[in-house]
Amino acid sequence: MSTATAEVDMVEKKAEPLFSKKNKKLITNPLDIDNPITVQILGVCSALAVTTQMKPAFVMSIGLMVVTASSNVVISMMRNSIPSRIRIIVQLAIVSLWVILVDQILKAYVYDVSKQLSVFVGLIITNCIVMGRLEAFAMGNKPWPSFLDGIGNGLGYGIILMMVAFVRELFGGGSLFGFKVFESMGVHYTGNGLLLLPAGACILVGIIIWVQRTLNGHRETH
Amino acid sequence: MEFIKHQIEKIKPNFEKGGKWEKHYYSFEALETFLFAPATTNGIKGAQIRDAIDLKRLMMTVIISMVPCLLFGMWNVGHQHFLAIGQSASFMDKFWIGVVQVMPIVVVSYGVGLGIEFVFATFRRHPVNEGFLVTGMLIPLVMPPDVPLWQVGLATAFAVIIGKEAFGGTGMNVMNVALTARAFLYFAYPTDISGSVWTYIGDAKAVAGYSGATPLSLAADAATAGTNVVASLNSFGAGWNEGVFSFWNMFMGIMPGCIGETSTLMCLVGAFILVATGAGSWKVIVSVFGGAYAMGLLLNLIGGNAFVEMPAHYHLVIGGLAFGAVFMATDPVTASQTETGKWIYGALIGIFTVMIRVFNPAYPEGIMLAILLMNVFAPLIDYFVVSANKKRRLQRATV
Repeated sequence: MSTATAEVDMVEKKAEPLFSKKNKKLITNPLDIDNPITVQILGVCSALAVTTQMKPAFVMSIGLMVVTASSNVVISMMRNSIPSRIRIIVQLAIVSLWVILVDQILKAYVYDVSKQLSVFVGLIITNCIVMGRLEAFAMGNKPWPSFLDGIGNGLGYGIILMMVAFVRELFGGGSLFGFKVFESMGVHYTGNGLLLLPAGACILVGIIIWVQRTLNGHRETH
Repeated sequence: MEFIKHQIEKIKPNFEKGGKWEKHYYSFEALETFLFAPATTNGIKGAQIRDAIDLKRLMMTVIISMVPCLLFGMWNVGHQHFLAIGQSASFMDKFWIGVVQVMPIVVVSYGVGLGIEFVFATFRRHPVNEGFLVTGMLIPLVMPPDVPLWQVGLATAFAVIIGKEAFGGTGMNVMNVALTARAFLYFAYPTDISGSVWTYIGDAKAVAGYSGATPLSLAADAATAGTNVVASLNSFGAGWNEGVFSFWNMFMGIMPGCIGETSTLMCLVGAFILVATGAGSWKVIVSVFGGAYAMGLLLNLIGGNAFVEMPAHYHLVIGGLAFGAVFMATDPVTASQTETGKWIYGALIGIFTVMIRVFNPAYPEGIMLAILLMNVFAPLIDYFVVSANKKRRLQRATV
């Protein structure tokens, strides 16, 4: 990490307002052109695992956003005192702290969702988005931009999760947030079993990537 | 003929550059080249001698080879219908029931698939791909006779969009499109494509003692109960359809099942047409049968439960092995391209089919999954065959 150069840049822009154009980009970029799931292709495993229903997907998105933003802030504050050779283990320790906190809070207040999410809350610690943002951003930037970056990537992750969960729950199970949509309209609906399988979610993520790249013209650079 | 040609020539300028329907040129071109071989000639450079059999005519050959399966399937749907409700009927009555039951599926499959093809061709501005002509016929043949039509449409749309267009269209697909449609239904609506759906009963009432079991499910049951598979196959259907699962009956295909896949004999007729015209590779067909038979023999030697001990030749006539071997595995796009690769590819399909059947009770029919799996591995097989060839030739080289 080129902490030194990043540092210099930051010093020059000391009088930067809290929501400068550049800082706003930290939030908006991950929603589209720098989306963690569809562009960076990170965190796909949990996106396939927790999206059979909207509710756990929503809670998972919030959890990941909190963990990413908080660990980004902490690591960013410590970034100058972390020896680079052991930085991964330091990052892991910080992330696990936040993950345990989130896990305990979920268990205390939304126990049923916490049970549905089961191991995946604990697995946020290995979620590539968290580590990826720490390495790529928090290690070289000040706490405030790091916080925004964490929030932005959490949102970018969440928006894809909600889209996938929407389709999966609506067409796979015929409900939304547990509310039986088709039944309440008096329509008999046969659930599509493929959507409830992880393979169905993978295809959905693929379709989202296809549509997104058609719309914004993004191409892989080799 | 002359009249049609004349009419087409007359409306052609409307579709050419600057014409009022310019946008729909590729839809028009698809129709024109479907009816008449295109008059375009080769450029000055490149190959000058070409076969008159272009892709469209090759596809038609494959469709012709499927006609025996289709006609037999129509009759068989009616035949099984009348057996299940315990009535006797004339040949034409049986055939007519089959036509009424099967034709809507064919129409939906072609309608949805070609519709999507035309839309993509218009948007992407490329000629309409011929590939769907065969796929559109394969899909109905691997459907149960009373599958809901909306499911056929949905599966076709899924297969064409996700299985083919997402990869770039005809010739670019990784997996067999018709099998993708079948796999979609299998995983999306498992209750509608398993159990007693293999006979069309309709509004009538089934006879006493009727059961919708298939040879594969009987064999799996026999394995659990520890009884002899052949004995339980032979005794099945006593009272309403005696001997339906005897070996020769299953070879002829006079049994419940998907519309086109029951008859091993008709598949072999199709295989003969494919091989004689050079449209399909005999190596793949032979090696699928060979692989399945060898695996069956090997399992017989090892022993274990009753399904494992089922005579190996039964594996060749039950389920969709013959249909898959002849029409699905030979798909030139998704099969191995190298000649050695074809033997490996086919043999592995046969081996995996029998393994999935015998060892995995969750998936009674293995041929679909085995072919899809080997479709994915076909390029890898080719890679190894080509690099082995390179290595051999390098050793021989003196420089």
